[in-house]
Amino acid sequence: MIQTLVTTADWLIVLPVIVPLLCAAFGVIAWHRPVIQAVAGIAGLIALVAITFMLLLQVLSYGPQAMAMGNWLPPYGVSFTADLLSAIFAFTASIVGLLVGIYAFADISSSERRHGFYPLLLFLMTGVLGAFLTGDVFNLYVWFEVMLIASFGLIVLGGEPRQIDGAVKYTILNLIATTLFLIATGLLYGAVGTLNIADLYFKIAELQDLSVLSPIAVLYLIALGMKAAAFPLFFWLPASYHTPKIVVSALFAALLTKVGIYALVRIFLLVLPDNQGMTHDLLIWVAMATMVTGAIGALSQNDLRRILNFLVITSIGVMLFGLALNSDGALAALVFYAVHSMLVMALLYMLAGIIGQKSGSFELAELGGLYRAAPLLAGLFLIALFAVAGLPPFTGFWAKFMMLKAGLAEQAYGGISVLLFTSFLNLIVIGRIFAQIFWRGGSAEDPDGAETLSPVTLAPARQRILIIPCAVLTALVILISVMPSPLVSLSAGAEAMLFDPSGYINAVFGGGA
Amino acid sequence: METVLAIAVGILFATSAYLMMGVSMIRVVIGIGLLGNAANLLIFTAGRVTRAIPPIVPEGADMPGLVFANPLPQALILTAIVISFALFAFILVLVYRAYEELGTDISHEMRLAEPPHDTASNHRGSRL
Repeated sequence: MIQTLVTTADWLIVLPVIVPLLCAAFGVIAWHRPVIQAVAGIAGLIALVAITFMLLLQVLSYGPQAMAMGNWLPPYGVSFTADLLSAIFAFTASIVGLLVGIYAFADISSSERRHGFYPLLLFLMTGVLGAFLTGDVFNLYVWFEVMLIASFGLIVLGGEPRQIDGAVKYTILNLIATTLFLIATGLLYGAVGTLNIADLYFKIAELQDLSVLSPIAVLYLIALGMKAAAFPLFFWLPASYHTPKIVVSALFAALLTKVGIYALVRIFLLVLPDNQGMTHDLLIWVAMATMVTGAIGALSQNDLRRILNFLVITSIGVMLFGLALNSDGALAALVFYAVHSMLVMALLYMLAGIIGQKSGSFELAELGGLYRAAPLLAGLFLIALFAVAGLPPFTGFWAKFMMLKAGLAEQAYGGISVLLFTSFLNLIVIGRIFAQIFWRGGSAEDPDGAETLSPVTLAPARQRILIIPCAVLTALVILISVMPSPLVSLSAGAEAMLFDPSGYINAVFGGGA
Repeated sequence: METVLAIAVGILFATSAYLMMGVSMIRVVIGIGLLGNAANLLIFTAGRVTRAIPPIVPEGADMPGLVFANPLPQALILTAIVISFALFAFILVLVYRAYEELGTDISHEMRLAEPPHDTASNHRGSRL
């Protein structure tokens, strides 16, 4: 029973959900004042970065944190539990959210802001952070739905016919995915009798007949594979991610698929303790197929945003490979790669947005001559492209190196060769992008740039608002690239907590509230 | 009793899958509605069907009595119903708006986001 006032340190685990929710609600109340919405939005996002940073520090010092809701002690109540994996993902997501929120100031027109961009962004952050911090499988479903509905609102903001078309495919396929997740959760409850993640460790260990978990595991794989864009369930992503505003694409590419990966890691590490056989092989094949289709898809596109869509799919494939290996070092590589992917994909889409605004188009054949016009943009874009392809010394290199090391230790030679081959294909892709957009003097019909209109110069204030978040993200990427050891040790710590969940379980059951 | 319910759930899933694979958007939307209902009925069945009293604690007592219905599946189903109802409302408006904007109800004619024949070999000026 809670007899004393809850200290601030205990509130830290629910504040990442409460703060954006309150700011979004405040923004909705001030519906006719878009300035107040924007101010509340940015203030909420700044507070969110501070709160998740403090939560990360607390988890590092005191171990996993837990809070039971409504005075119902676990395993009967819903608990919020943060271990190192959740805290790292939550912090990175908040950083991306804040920078995207600042960028949106210059990318979303004021009429769209009047239709509630900032409240929708904050609702999306609520869903994402709730999914990272919850300790109950059904609560995870609820946060997935919160995130999904907010993303529906964001994807149609603007109302152009292309957006509606992309939104129809996105909506229907993601709805089916979350309903499958609900079905798998219902079956899991019927089989085991509990939905609290910490309690599931015990109950599944006590289960006499593990075969009942196989269909449940495959259902979860299908549902979360659809959310995380795994092969062959990813076709909603290339159909829809390039249609909304570029800032919305940046947010989706950085955050939504990573929530799917997070849920896959959480559920597969508890629902399949000894069921490795079938789903392990299945996951390796799925990971390899995802990597290959992502790389080949990226080669075949002519629109910058659609190329980036397929690069997202390739990085999801690499993370799935880490999950399929499920060994020492593989999960640490997955965490490192996820943080790298969140930062770099957001950066790539935001820079693509600046390119689009300056040149008026996203088609590679129509772009050109931007090296002369915007050398700083060229430099930032080059760093981002090197990072996503995995070239040293940037973050992608460290992430892929850790993944390769783990793969070699597990003797997964097929997966490793696919990973190296797709990295090579990604290299061709980034070369193609950079050469056509920056080095070529003009558009494809006019390669010397003699007759093409020079790129638009934006108003200085707008330019600053657009480029500062990109510069901050690039600085973060460079920082992690030259000093990867803090993030490597954080990832190793997260992996240790995943393989040895005693800290997590003690936080939920021992401490209680 | 659970066998009959399981067969009913199976029929609902089959129907919704058949509808969702249809060509017309309206069929897909109805299929999604049926899918939500099937999922709710599945959770209900998974919670074990029993003859029991409602899980309400009578006045002056500590516990609801010996054989009471499990409240957890009911809570899960209620949450799922509310969520799917909100999503269904959104999808209906979206499909109607898509019909107005794109002029068609047939899914394979909605090709604005991914236009056909948009490959590198067909595109002009792609020398790299």
